[in-house]
Amino acid sequence: MHELTSEITGRLQSILGPANVLTAKEDLIPYSFDGTAAMQQLPGCVVFAHTTEEVASVLKFANEARTPVVTRGSGTGLSGGSLPIPGCTVLCTVKMGRILDLDRANLTMLVEAGVTTLQIADAASAAGLFYPPDPGSMKISTIGGNVAENSGGLRGLKYGITRNYVMGLEVVLPNGEILWTGNKCVKDVAGYSLKDLFIGSEGTLGVITKVLLRLIPKPQAKRTMVATFAHMDQAAEAVSAIIAAQIIPCTLEFLDRMTIHCVEDYAKIGLPLDCEALLLMETDGHPAAVAEEATQMQNICREKGCLELRVAKDEAEANKLASARRTAFSALARVAPTTILEDATVPRSELAKMIRFVEAVARRHKLKIGTFGHMGDGNLHPTFLTDERNQDEMHRVEQAFREIFEEAIRLGGTITGEHGIGIAKKGFLPKFAGDAQMRVMRELRRALDPNAVLNPGKIFD
Amino acid sequence: MLSDAPLKNLDYSVVQQCMHCGLCLPTCPTYDATKNERNSPRGRISLMRAIADDRLEPSRAFAEEMYFCLGCLACMTACPAGVNYAELFEHARAEAEASGVLYSPKRSLIRDFTLRWLFMDLHRLQWVGRALRLYQRLGLQSFVRRSGLLRLLPNRLRELEAMTPAIQPRFSADLIEPFTPAIGKARFHVALLTGCAQDLIFSDVNRDTSEVLTRNGCDVSTPPEQLCCGSLHAHNGELELARRLAKKQIDQFPPEKFDAIITNAAGCGSHLKHYSKLLQNEPAYLRRAELWDAKIKDIHEWLAEIGIDPPPASNGSERTVTYHEACHLCHGQKITSQPRQVLRAIPNLKLVELPESTWCCGSAGIYNLIQPEMANELLERKLKQIKTTGADVVATGNPGCLLQIINGAKRQGGRLRVVHPITLLADAYRSLPR
Repeated sequence: MHELTSEITGRLQSILGPANVLTAKEDLIPYSFDGTAAMQQLPGCVVFAHTTEEVASVLKFANEARTPVVTRGSGTGLSGGSLPIPGCTVLCTVKMGRILDLDRANLTMLVEAGVTTLQIADAASAAGLFYPPDPGSMKISTIGGNVAENSGGLRGLKYGITRNYVMGLEVVLPNGEILWTGNKCVKDVAGYSLKDLFIGSEGTLGVITKVLLRLIPKPQAKRTMVATFAHMDQAAEAVSAIIAAQIIPCTLEFLDRMTIHCVEDYAKIGLPLDCEALLLMETDGHPAAVAEEATQMQNICREKGCLELRVAKDEAEANKLASARRTAFSALARVAPTTILEDATVPRSELAKMIRFVEAVARRHKLKIGTFGHMGDGNLHPTFLTDERNQDEMHRVEQAFREIFEEAIRLGGTITGEHGIGIAKKGFLPKFAGDAQMRVMRELRRALDPNAVLNPGKIFD
Repeated sequence: MLSDAPLKNLDYSVVQQCMHCGLCLPTCPTYDATKNERNSPRGRISLMRAIADDRLEPSRAFAEEMYFCLGCLACMTACPAGVNYAELFEHARAEAEASGVLYSPKRSLIRDFTLRWLFMDLHRLQWVGRALRLYQRLGLQSFVRRSGLLRLLPNRLRELEAMTPAIQPRFSADLIEPFTPAIGKARFHVALLTGCAQDLIFSDVNRDTSEVLTRNGCDVSTPPEQLCCGSLHAHNGELELARRLAKKQIDQFPPEKFDAIITNAAGCGSHLKHYSKLLQNEPAYLRRAELWDAKIKDIHEWLAEIGIDPPPASNGSERTVTYHEACHLCHGQKITSQPRQVLRAIPNLKLVELPESTWCCGSAGIYNLIQPEMANELLERKLKQIKTTGADVVATGNPGCLLQIINGAKRQGGRLRVVHPITLLADAYRSLPR
């Protein structure tokens, strides 16, 4: 148990200026959580850094004082990665918010860690370019957080995830040293790819202060479709057939019955309600290729016995249909006081099996669940609708998750597709990763952070 | 006691509904300015929850934070989980007041004078209004301003003096008959709420509203003596006074008698539509309050519902108008397309969209009086965006926004006309013979 002394806050104040160090209870309570449900811990203090040098000074001091630091962007994470630990200093990066460079010749963008994902997407779009990763919280999530969590989004199947767009990183190490890894070269095999080590490191190996991003040309055309099915298996088969036909849609999302009904109640899109599964499909790229792929996908859905097929006539209708998926979580969240969203992921060939398993688990534990997710990449979002004050039910939710994760591992999947381990899934990691991986991860962490200053207790002990 | 611990007595599920996902952050003007979570909706909710949970005492810092919030409700539009921030916010301010942490003799005097005395009675308000008008019209104001006497006042008072709105020579009751029949066949019978501040400062907008209604097939009842709707009280931590005023309103305007009860002030409408929530523990009123909520219509909403009778084409030159969305219309009542429909119905008027049209202008009720710095920052931002549209006219459907932007436009010294959309519509009808 760490204690934050007035000596520590005094030093932090002299490094950052008193206005950038928060210690009042009314200031700390709003930093005692992130986007993760039912988790709360008051920090010792909250500090704002404006420059890499300030981050370096804070870490150098914290390392000497052996006082823990938890890095935080906008606090939208879903695994407790930026949840404070007792007596820690929360190092907040939101004030490092400058876009430093947009290089049209090399198709790169250099940004500070506190820039939001949306600002990046907008800046790229304004230059006629495209930054594809679109996590659900992109309107406010910071790029530093996206990189630290290796965030995904709806476009993962075709365009990949945050890792695929990071070309370089500036990182402050726990001892205060500043490190640059990567550059604007498409090819670079000089030494270990350290940037890949920091991507997804969840604030345990260093503090990301700048990110060099890869941008791609904007797709010229897009077509949006919705198909409904009487059985989840048919939807899963349609997805497999689409992939087997060598079509890679940019979006291939599904909603289950519960989610469809909640979405329709909330957003009044006019979705067909009499079905077990809804597929949202989008293809983008060259107009001719888009037209051909769209026709193929419609044919496949019909072959698999879809109940109804709707193709957006224009952009307005496309946005409306796509909003069915984008509002899925919101719609579910309105139904119950506590909404717990998970991200178990399996190889897509196992998806139908996994969805059936999730349904059975919910039935067995008498829990209300809505499932939606990225069918194209096997990333499920089983969402439990519960109430954290009901301890008995919360206990059953925990048990249900345990069973879901074990089944995901058994099917060759993973316990987290895009949210991270943080603190929420720490208990499941050793079994998933195995002894050798756990040992290597521990040694790596110890080598970089021998005094256990950065986000101690997260991912693993 | 219910009134002693408003947050603890609030249904806990309202507090609990926030899942702290953070999607409110980018829409919150105060968080946008400071990037400090305490100044954000989810941060404020976490403080309210801490009080409900007994993890925090209602402190001065808490109370100040609740008054730093604009109450613009942009977070409610952004919230995926449907958190009722309006209700939380009212209870949090009531908590701040009940705890007495902000008490000072001066503050208490001002609150007693305004909330407990002035705005509880129309005659007092009109009397003060007339006194103010006398000060303005007898040349006293310009004399005082020229004389340099104002320099004797503390800075803050001097700024406030500059913001005093021009009081109308005649109030609503002098301009509108208690009953005005529809022009042509009457399709509806509506009541018109003339408001409190609106009655003193924008009685002309009330007259325009009445005219527009009669042009659109409505018989209009406008009782001469009306009360404040209580939104001022509810938004400033005086829920009990707000309840008292709500009951008087329902008594004065029996909802079963009218097809609709019309308001032209967004801030009032946003409050008026929730009397049933406010009076949920008043069995004698609850059922009528529910009917009342259903009958309350913002003027734009009502016109769009019954269909706007388009004014005839005129041959004047074309003007461009841009539309600023009052927070309590777009966020508080989710009314966004209807005011644009009204503006588009006016001949020779071109509507250009205002960037960030739903971002608060800083007026926020009396926020510009109590938080001048933040309010000014927001006003500057709004004026800058208005400028980018190149519009000659900016229309907005709330007296607070009108005053705020009029003051900003005056300071800039340009030729921008700031007006209620209904005034533009009424002007267009006036070119018609009655």
